[in-house]
Amino acid sequence: MTVASTRPHIPDRLENPWRMALFSWETLLIVVAVAIFIANSLASPYFLNVWSLSDLTFNFTEKGLIALAMALLIVAGEIDLSVAAIIALSSTMMGMAVQAGADTPVLVLIAIGTGLACGIFNGALVTRLGLPSIVVTIGTMSLFRGISYIILGDQAYKGYPAGFAFFGQGYVWWVISFELVLFIVAAFVFGVLLHRTSFGRTIYAIGNNPVAATFSGVPVERVKFILFCLTGLMSGIASICLTSRLASTRPSIAFGWELEVVTMVVLGGVSILGGAGSIPGVVLAAIIMGLVTFGLGLLNVPGIVMSIFTGLLLITVIALPILWNRLRQKGA
Amino acid sequence: MTRFLKSREALLLAAILVLLALIALRFPGFVSPANLANVFNDTSILIILALGQMMVILTRCIDLSMAANLALCGMVVAMINAVIPEIPIPLLVALGIVIGTALGAVNGLLVWKLDIPPIVVTLGTLTIYRGIIFVISGGEWVNAHQMSPAFKALPRMVLLGLPLLSWIAVVMMGVMALFITRTPLGRAFYAAGGNPTAAIYTGIDVGRTRFAAFTLAGALAGLSGYLWVSRYAVAYVDIAGGFELDIIAACVIGGISIMGGIGSVTGTVLGALFFGIVKNALPVINISPFWQLAISGGAIILAVGFNAQAERRKGRLILRRAEA
Repeated sequence: MTVASTRPHIPDRLENPWRMALFSWETLLIVVAVAIFIANSLASPYFLNVWSLSDLTFNFTEKGLIALAMALLIVAGEIDLSVAAIIALSSTMMGMAVQAGADTPVLVLIAIGTGLACGIFNGALVTRLGLPSIVVTIGTMSLFRGISYIILGDQAYKGYPAGFAFFGQGYVWWVISFELVLFIVAAFVFGVLLHRTSFGRTIYAIGNNPVAATFSGVPVERVKFILFCLTGLMSGIASICLTSRLASTRPSIAFGWELEVVTMVVLGGVSILGGAGSIPGVVLAAIIMGLVTFGLGLLNVPGIVMSIFTGLLLITVIALPILWNRLRQKGA
Repeated sequence: MTRFLKSREALLLAAILVLLALIALRFPGFVSPANLANVFNDTSILIILALGQMMVILTRCIDLSMAANLALCGMVVAMINAVIPEIPIPLLVALGIVIGTALGAVNGLLVWKLDIPPIVVTLGTLTIYRGIIFVISGGEWVNAHQMSPAFKALPRMVLLGLPLLSWIAVVMMGVMALFITRTPLGRAFYAAGGNPTAAIYTGIDVGRTRFAAFTLAGALAGLSGYLWVSRYAVAYVDIAGGFELDIIAACVIGGISIMGGIGSVTGTVLGALFFGIVKNALPVINISPFWQLAISGGAIILAVGFNAQAERRKGRLILRRAEA
């Protein structure tokens, strides 16, 4: 092998932007989403109906809220597997507050506060003590949910105030639910944060090369800490929506959601190794996951069988780009 | 001798003795030889699984699918036994091991051939394996009365005062200690995890070494699958649910570095025993079993923090010597 051939090939001009957009991951996701949409409407006569489609959005809004923050965290090269446990803990805290007679605004504050506190705890362990985030959040995953089990045991909290129901069951206008509006607003905010601010650029810098980022003056640890806090915060908000929708809290609430959230993020084109990904991709992935699970639900596929699809989807979407790159390299 | 006294294993052994002494203060019956043998027997499956997980973590990977693998193998052998009780038990055990090995090899292949991060692979296969159990069993249970007496009796068979289950764990400890300290593949686990780049330059195929670790861990999960369903005399979709965390907790408490390359069989076994003693002591000292999950989580976090401190000190020393 000669020296010249090991150098990366640098073209003398950029590819046509239209061509790049056409062959991007996001375009592929749109095609997939449309295909599943058509398949669903052919498979079930109950699918094409505004209320069905409105119900469908509940399948991804809560997980999507977390996925938006998780996307930033994974772009920065970290991961948080404790998000579902944070939902359980926040929900349990709200349940306790209800027993003590708290009203809706207090409940919202408690959920947000619990989520944020959990995020701070994760972030401090990872950035202050320099521990690997995968293991830390596996630990906090069982710690947070474990606390819920200690508090609740085999009991459940019920009796949420009537006003609280709005977050998970309310509609802003006609079939447009509060959760959907919240998701769209959050997607916009996170999109601007990642793609249009200097903070967003530093996230990519950290994910691509944390050492180089440190030497470029990027406060790597502080940015990572903020991202863990954001993920905790969004989990707290998702907990409000989910608890309100179910109107009850059990310690097993949102069990296994961390997997679905990570799948959403990776399906959205975010590299699991960090440094690449986009918010529009994650939003499209959230919609696809919602379409798939809703479609399977209409066909009476039980939840645990659906989880086979989720697991397969996760491994396939990570494997495909790797195989694709390998084929292209062989061809070149 | 002084080196041993300063080691992680000695510290852990001391912690276990202190723990036992504290429990004995109020409940002397807990430390009677018969009860300790019971605790050991109860921890045997955890020890076997932790030894498998140890190999995987040594190569700087992690296997979250071990408990699901165990459950799937256990369900298959239990269902076969329920339908055709005539099949000899050793054949069923072998079948469990074969299936476990195959499932472990799937993890290993995905990590080796596709370079997918192990955490993602095994998070995916964890749900897939659990889902498959539901598909093959239709959500039904295999209960004690459906299993043949021989199927349930094997792990309970008493030899020289200990049940066969305990003996299997003891044999596994010995085999594993010889394997990872005295064979090329065993040493390759350490090399592949300690410094993958250096391992490649010494001629070790890191990917294939990781594949071997996952496959062997799968074999141990398959064996544990039979042991689990016959010991508890029941098989359903959620058996050993969440047990993957206990396995990792045992390894991390035992001083296996999650960054790979550091750890020993003694440490792993002591980590598992520490965990087993805590679990068995909880009901004795009257704490609700709902505390277990939080305790596993807390133990993982504490142990990882502790390991990181120990490794950081070592890392600095090497650098200083290299500079001089």
